[in-house]
Amino acid sequence: MNISGDWIRALEGGALIGVSASLMLGLNGRVTGISGIVGGLLKPVAGDIAWRALFVAGLLLGGFIAMAVSPGAFSSGAAPLGVVLLAGLLVGFGTRVGNGCTSGHGVCGISRLSPRSAAATVTFIGAGALTVLATGGAGR
Amino acid sequence: MSAGASSRAQGAVALVSGVLFGAGLALAGMTRPEKVIGFLNFFRGWDPSLIFVMASAIVVHATAWRLIKGRTSPLLGGRFMVPTRRDLDARLLVGAAIFGVGWGLGGFCPGPGIASLVTSAPSVMLFVVAMLAGNYAAARAEPVIERALARGRGDAPPR
Repeated sequence: MNISGDWIRALEGGALIGVSASLMLGLNGRVTGISGIVGGLLKPVAGDIAWRALFVAGLLLGGFIAMAVSPGAFSSGAAPLGVVLLAGLLVGFGTRVGNGCTSGHGVCGISRLSPRSAAATVTFIGAGALTVLATGGAGR
Repeated sequence: MSAGASSRAQGAVALVSGVLFGAGLALAGMTRPEKVIGFLNFFRGWDPSLIFVMASAIVVHATAWRLIKGRTSPLLGGRFMVPTRRDLDARLLVGAAIFGVGWGLGGFCPGPGIASLVTSAPSVMLFVVAMLAGNYAAARAEPVIERALARGRGDAPPR
């Protein structure tokens, strides 16, 4: 693990995420919550589909560019498929019930000083940490 | 700007923002679940570097929010769709806790999961399909969830 390199890339990547969320808010008036953007495609409302689909297409395109530049930026994890299935179900269910994920609450909500988002962020990081403690980081 | 031109411009903004977001996640290390789990592993060999992803994104976005929040409408028209509730409720915290358990199990949250589809790894595809199913199930189970939370509050069940 290259600590200082990891930290610099974390700062740079976070800045790109912040710019992305700021463009979405200032120009389009939208919160950049990935679970919400994707969730809105599962129960589509006329006139509210195209921007969501384009954002997701951009997310994939950004992923393609990153993979072309640096294939090592991605890995699929070591969790067995049964655990991956459960993880996906819980992430999808929990973000819908709790109205947001790492982006919508952790970045956008905290930036607006939303107490709901701060409480949600502390809760999901805490629950994640307890889960890793309980499983010994099995998905790593 | 006409409604059609405004809508096209908003679509272009969404596409560009998606590219920046996806590339940012990958650059930051969020698309490596073992690194995310290392960040959540507070108690043994903690890797704190992902704190800087959130911190950096928040510094940029909070600065932008200060410039944006006095405006009555977004630059490309329409209106701001920003949550305004400030109260805490069980629904928010229970949902966040369920999400956190899933995040700790798999090391993926929604954005990195979707961006990682470009690897075409079967486990990533399974994660995203399960995530969509979980999201859909929560939407379908809305009456059941509301009844359970009402029971938890000691309210009379809604009929």
